[in-house]
Amino acid sequence: MSEITTKFSSRIFRILARGGMETYVCLIGGFIVFVVIFMAVFAPFISPHDPITSVADPLMPPNSEFPLGTDNLGRDVLSRIIYGSRTVLLVALVSSLFSLVIGVSLGLLSGYAGGSLDRALSLIMDSIYAFPGLILAIAIAAMLGPGISNMTVAIAIVYIPTYFRMTRGQVLSLKGHLFVEAARAIGADDKTIMFRYILPNLLSTVVVVFTLNIADAILTEAGLSFLGLGVPPPTPDWGFDLKSGQGFFTAGYWWLITFPGIMIILLVIGFSLLGEGLNEILNPRLRAR
Amino acid sequence: MRLLEIKDLKVYYFVRDGVIKAIDGIRLWMDKGESLGVVGESGSGKSTLAAAIMRLIPPPGKIVEGSILFKGVDLTKLKEEDMRKIRGKSISMVFQDPMTSLDPLQTIGDHLTETILAHEKIDRRKAIEMALELLDKVGIPKDRFKDYPHQFSGGMRQRVMIALAMALKPDLIIADEPTTALDVIIQAQILDLLRELKDELNMSLILISHDLSVVSEIADRIAVMYAGHVMEFSDAMPLFDDPLHPYTQGLMRSVPNIELSDQELRFIPGNPPDMLNPPSGCRFHPRCPRAMEICRIKEPPLVEVEKGRFVKCFLYGNDA
Repeated sequence: MSEITTKFSSRIFRILARGGMETYVCLIGGFIVFVVIFMAVFAPFISPHDPITSVADPLMPPNSEFPLGTDNLGRDVLSRIIYGSRTVLLVALVSSLFSLVIGVSLGLLSGYAGGSLDRALSLIMDSIYAFPGLILAIAIAAMLGPGISNMTVAIAIVYIPTYFRMTRGQVLSLKGHLFVEAARAIGADDKTIMFRYILPNLLSTVVVVFTLNIADAILTEAGLSFLGLGVPPPTPDWGFDLKSGQGFFTAGYWWLITFPGIMIILLVIGFSLLGEGLNEILNPRLRAR
Repeated sequence: MRLLEIKDLKVYYFVRDGVIKAIDGIRLWMDKGESLGVVGESGSGKSTLAAAIMRLIPPPGKIVEGSILFKGVDLTKLKEEDMRKIRGKSISMVFQDPMTSLDPLQTIGDHLTETILAHEKIDRRKAIEMALELLDKVGIPKDRFKDYPHQFSGGMRQRVMIALAMALKPDLIIADEPTTALDVIIQAQILDLLRELKDELNMSLILISHDLSVVSEIADRIAVMYAGHVMEFSDAMPLFDDPLHPYTQGLMRSVPNIELSDQELRFIPGNPPDMLNPPSGCRFHPRCPRAMEICRIKEPPLVEVEKGRFVKCFLYGNDA
């Protein structure tokens, strides 16, 4: 296994060394994502104050002690942003991972087995897919109640069809490849064909979809929190801080929503760039050479 | 008991516009250690025959009638699970296009080892040993064991495919146009390799090709197919000396001959039949230079005219 990983990473390095547009896109995205993950992991060490207790006067504009100001309860906005990255990353990563595992397995099964199982699963997935993501997430979250795990489940369900449809389509095309037929002709059983021949051929696409999907999941998470369907206060969360700061914006306290907003946009852009870059690198058909 | 005996086999594809009778009642057999050549133009049912023996006919195709006896066991009646144990282990296959018949993400070593492990209960070390031995047999250096398919040329890949097909020393190998995608020099090498290995391991071989000259290199016995029927089934030598069926005669004449280069290249006039609405009677009659009235009305039976020579034509054995 480690041999495969080193082979893979050496391939990545070779591509990076070659340069080109997609490499820079990938690097910029990767850098943004890395910074936010770093913030999340080392939050207790880098944040200057406690994010959930009042540490100063409320609504102080950015100054030397509180670079991003304080909110209406006197909490440090910078510290809340640093700790908030934990919530958003946790929810987005876990929910995307959930969707990936369920969506890819169902898609693999459905595409490979075909027949009535395929028709039934496709129908279910298409009907989920037909809803706008946020609307469906709101409905599910409202049904399950607030809380970090419920929000994760809601977002996971919304994005299962993305993986399902992608996987099923790929499986249908891979199933027709001669190497699958050849495998069958030397006596490989269905399990072997699915997991040794088809699944590995899907992985590069799955990685790309996963990265792009995290960007979507972040937006949905922020949306749910903004609507009050996410984490309960006082847990720091970018979407929730947008909501609580919103009322003060018109009164001139711009820093309450500007900084969380910028962070959401930055992180979404980061994952999108990373995904697009990876897509061009891993998918030779898109590479113009 | 014969190694393989096909009786009255019918394989139909049920498509939206009707029924394509890709194989419509054929009789064939072969013995252990023999090579059977199957020739015919595109759409004559050669590849469907191979798929039928492997029981790998893609939907909407189906074996509708007849039996395929392999060492006395009717393959058409086996459960899928039992058939899977036969594939690779007893009957195995080499495909036409070596460029796409290997998984791009698996090394050729993995291909071989996994195939061996799928059928034999041995440990991985032993399987790797066997795989290396196989590579050696098909003339691939052992140090390429860990290379991926894209690092090999077409001819090399076909060698890998042959190694894969032989991995478990099957009784029968079906090679479906194994040299069509290769250039002429490599073709000859691959055919030599097939012949050598077949003799060495005492296997039987079905070689499917549209190219009579390819088949003539190896086959002991030849079946000429046309539009889902076997037109002529004969020992190889007499067939090349004296083809009986008008279709076989046409095929022989249309092989380009380098010694008669100023001679016009001949071909069989007309087109292969529309398989949704095949001609009545003998399926070759619209293109046959010697067609008679009866050919239009009645399908001729496959009769033995001499020992080991069967023809499906009213010109012979005129007991119709």
